[in-house]
Amino acid sequence: MTHKRWFTPWLLVAPAVVWLVTFSAVPAVNTLILSFTNAKPLGGGQFIGLDNYTRMLSDDQLIDALTNSIVYMVVCLPLLTFLPLLLAVLVEKKLRGITFFRVAFYTPVIASAVVVAVIWGWLLNDRGLINGLAEQLGFLKEPLPFLTDRWLLLFSAISLTIWKGLGYYMVIYMSALGNVNRELHEAAAVDGAGPVRRFFSVTVPGVRNTMLLVSVLITVSALRVFSELYILSNGTGGVGGADMSLVMLIQLYGQGLTGQLGYASALSVLLFVVTVGPMLVLTRLNRKGA
Amino acid sequence: MTVAGKARGFNSVSPTEKVIRYVLLALVLVITIGPFLWQLSTSLKSVTEDVFTRTPSFVPQDPTLANYAEVTETIPVIGYAANSLFVAVLVVAGNTIGATLAGFALAKLEFRGSKLVLGLLLATLVLPGEVTLISQYVIVRGLGFADSLVGVALPGAIQMLNVLLMRTAFQSIPKEIDSAAIIDGATAWQRLIHIGLPNVRGMLSVIVIFSFIYAWDDFLWPLLVLTDPDKYTLTVGLQYLSGTFSNNPRLIAAGTMLAFLPIVAMFAFFQRFFFRGVEAGAIKG
Repeated sequence: MTHKRWFTPWLLVAPAVVWLVTFSAVPAVNTLILSFTNAKPLGGGQFIGLDNYTRMLSDDQLIDALTNSIVYMVVCLPLLTFLPLLLAVLVEKKLRGITFFRVAFYTPVIASAVVVAVIWGWLLNDRGLINGLAEQLGFLKEPLPFLTDRWLLLFSAISLTIWKGLGYYMVIYMSALGNVNRELHEAAAVDGAGPVRRFFSVTVPGVRNTMLLVSVLITVSALRVFSELYILSNGTGGVGGADMSLVMLIQLYGQGLTGQLGYASALSVLLFVVTVGPMLVLTRLNRKGA
Repeated sequence: MTVAGKARGFNSVSPTEKVIRYVLLALVLVITIGPFLWQLSTSLKSVTEDVFTRTPSFVPQDPTLANYAEVTETIPVIGYAANSLFVAVLVVAGNTIGATLAGFALAKLEFRGSKLVLGLLLATLVLPGEVTLISQYVIVRGLGFADSLVGVALPGAIQMLNVLLMRTAFQSIPKEIDSAAIIDGATAWQRLIHIGLPNVRGMLSVIVIFSFIYAWDDFLWPLLVLTDPDKYTLTVGLQYLSGTFSNNPRLIAAGTMLAFLPIVAMFAFFQRFFFRGVEAGAIKG
């Protein structure tokens, strides 16, 4: 026996297990149950079969939201997989003042999505810095409606997500670069391979597993996007709500005393269905790395 | 620290390469920090200066803190900061204590059912928080914590990922040290305090930093839970400010800076723990 009282370990894991059950396990099961009901915050909650799910098929806003998710993923995936790796290579060498640059590049990550979205909202305003500079330099005659056009708003939110994610994935790559074989780099350099060649033939293969991890993380977070679109559109989801994300719809239907908890839960189940594949790959990767 | 250029081989940087690297570093710096500086600049501009000007000026002509004074009068921003701090302290306390205890038990004590607990912990990782959002709200309201700061802090007060991280940290303590203590008759509690804790300080500081940032920055959950404007956290209050006073960019800028600067100060203070962990390969996705 490694300990005298059998219940000591259970005492130690008890708080975590209580939280696990109360805030993960029970809500997970309850979400599934609610999705088959017409539950409202006050009363309601009859079983209505698959009605919430059939309603999804004719929900134009949901179709827009899923389109937005796909665009988000397609744009973010290549850019956020490669740019942070280049950044990690850039901050890898211990030049003078490199700590300052590392911390500075990480700053957008630690700032709240609300803070950065408000800042970007000001930059992208009709009379903001970006339109102002572009007009000044003669690129534009009229300000671009970054925050009111259906597609420009989406791409503004995407650029914000990419800008905010650079430092996050840079740090993951920094961790991985430490394990890339230095001799291989030196040998390649001796053989006359330039920096670009070494990047593609030594660095990239060396961090291949991390790239896979990063691309899964990007996919999942693109599906979960909320704050950027919410703040940039001031909670409206743009003109006609066409710039809603799936999570914005969950929030919209779940909030307040008139909320439609049943439909919001069905949307949550949909979110789970689209994220579970990449999430499973993620845990597999994490376990392999551990 | 010695000059990096003196190191041999891989670490040596030629002068040309050095210049190119610094130019690129400066370019990325402008992109990442520029928007914050522009916001800071806007927050310091006086009412007489046109913030919408077509030829933007980065340095305020007549720097003033008046916008900061005005924003504290417009919305109770100090109260919002206090609310955010209250939530963050609860979340940090809950995560450090809860994850340490459970992580230690799962790593170092053998008991029936530990496999089951571990399996459940791993299973929660495939569940994005947004999926259970609505049901979590139903539970928090059922417990009587709707529209309260405790309700905001509660679900994230012990995060399963942190339990797993602490378990990994405790596992890396060599078995020999532990078995010596067991032979000497140390209790589980003594092993945790005297052997466990001193060896996991790195991971613990990472958990402190990130649970603080998580709580301070969170938006969706407090937005859902809180209805009373007096109980708003900074993020919800800032969203309200930017939505309601959109015609006054100086005011919004001052509000953003008040929400942003504390977290930057905290991170700047703790960053060495963080980047040390990164270089040791401890931080993963």
